[in-house]
Amino acid sequence: MEDYYLKVSKGHTDRRKLKSRLMIILCYVAAAMAILPLLYIFFYTTMQGASSLNIDFFTELPKPVGESGGGMANAILGTLILVALGSVIGIPVGIFAGIYITEYSKSIFANVIKFVTDVLSGIPSIIIGIFAYGLIVIPMKSFSAYAGGFALGVLMIPTITRITEEMLKLVPHSLREAALALGIPRWKTTLRIVLRTAQSGIITGVLLAIARAAGETAPLLFTSFGNSFWSTSLDSPMASIPVQIFNYAISPYDEWHSKAWAGAFVLISLVFVVSLIVRLATRNKFSQTA
Amino acid sequence: MNTKTTVEIKEIKARKKLSDLFFENLTLVFALMIIGLVVFIIYEMFMDSKLSREIFGFGFIFSQDWNPVKDKFGALTFVYGTLISSIIALAISLPVSIGVAVYLSELAANVFKTAISFLIEILAAIPSIVYGFWGIFVLAPFMRTTVQPFLQSTLGFLPIFQGNAVGFGLLTAGIILAIMVTPIITAITRDVLKAIPTSQREAAYALGATKWEAIKMALLNAKGGILGATVLGLGRAVGETMAVTMVIGNKAQIKASLFEPSYSMASVIANEFAEASGGLHISSLIEVGLILFAVTFIINSFARLLIYSFTRKTEAK
Repeated sequence: MEDYYLKVSKGHTDRRKLKSRLMIILCYVAAAMAILPLLYIFFYTTMQGASSLNIDFFTELPKPVGESGGGMANAILGTLILVALGSVIGIPVGIFAGIYITEYSKSIFANVIKFVTDVLSGIPSIIIGIFAYGLIVIPMKSFSAYAGGFALGVLMIPTITRITEEMLKLVPHSLREAALALGIPRWKTTLRIVLRTAQSGIITGVLLAIARAAGETAPLLFTSFGNSFWSTSLDSPMASIPVQIFNYAISPYDEWHSKAWAGAFVLISLVFVVSLIVRLATRNKFSQTA
Repeated sequence: MNTKTTVEIKEIKARKKLSDLFFENLTLVFALMIIGLVVFIIYEMFMDSKLSREIFGFGFIFSQDWNPVKDKFGALTFVYGTLISSIIALAISLPVSIGVAVYLSELAANVFKTAISFLIEILAAIPSIVYGFWGIFVLAPFMRTTVQPFLQSTLGFLPIFQGNAVGFGLLTAGIILAIMVTPIITAITRDVLKAIPTSQREAAYALGATKWEAIKMALLNAKGGILGATVLGLGRAVGETMAVTMVIGNKAQIKASLFEPSYSMASVIANEFAEASGGLHISSLIEVGLILFAVTFIINSFARLLIYSFTRKTEAK
């Protein structure tokens, strides 16, 4: 009788061990499956993009169909202008709202604002585009860089608010108390001591928001629209790298496709470099808290 | 000479109070701006879709007509396309994400942990236009020549795998979305698993559990947080625009086959908004946007609630 139980339980244990091994192998397979498309996209874009990337890409205007050469210089300038406009709106609102949430969080508002920030970050970017269209394009009766920049700014706010909040939370309370004990007013403590301590983290967060905004396409389709010439006036349509990639990608011309790959490569490189900076800058902070 | 009188000290204190009050209210104004912005977005979309709402009423959501020439508009085909592509995305992405999260939190060596976490961060930050572009030139042809014929020959008796293998359609859109939401679900699931105390796993091992049994227990304890992560991923998939627009085929129809081209709420706005001529057309597109907003709002609020309550529960422990 006892032997019987021993046998059953041994077979049972073997099965459990086998199942355990199987499931763990599946986890490894899943990890491989998730990384594979990334590496594929990354290397494919790099191969396609790097081969059609040259000096002209950064200095020349787009050429019409059939003519070889040309570049995306106006779109690069456009993206820089649009992102700068977005930053003017997104950075102050994001940072100050983040300060409010952490430093004055005793009020009920802080939680409400946190929730609304989450709501804002969940709104699809195309809807922000519609919003900017109704708010700016319709009254101005024209697609404009203002509208595109505004849309990007709105999209940057939640990222910056969240990162500011996270970074300010990492600043030890003793630091604030020490400053207050020295008789420094609270606002000066916040600006000169708390914010300065969290500075590098916040800057990387802002960089991240900028990189994201630079790659946004949907909100620009009917706000800044697009332009095949140099344009620096903010109240007229303006070219941008992502919209240019979209227009080229859905066209039937190989020449344009390779230009679009070059543009995609530029965007991916931007994301890669910024992510690397963020990683390196926040590495020490996170390991401290963990 | 330097000693200050009590009057002066009082003055300094008063000034300090005033400047503090000013600063607090300044930050409050910026914080309120966020609330104002969200309220204004809702208000504006509500007002701008008035024309369409008045003409079509609730029937708008249930009508399949979308004909700008005849001024007939209905959103059902787009709602269908958005929902089905998002469901496909989650069906593929959820098991993979949980697997990766388990790998990252329980199995991987430290070197791989950092490397893969970094790769997944980049994956989350790559612009959707790049995914879409890659989808047109790599994924869609691959679907047409390999995946779809394979599905047809093995599972072709199912209506969802019948019809022409075009490459552009619901299934391709779902796969692109799966690739895009995997990093989001993975990152949150990994954090949630990390929040489960190690002592619980140790207790499981002490009782003779195998490695998988210990992991399974951690997963069961984390299920609230994982559900939150999944719902958040769903919200992301529903609102995704460019990548879907580029591979879904952009044809307003409801067909049983997942190979057929379809259309999503976000992609119809992206494609038609700039060129919409009539007021009713624009108004209808904005109403589609309003539906999209409502859906993502509900999904995201639900997800946040799940994640909040989960983190509060584990913190309390």
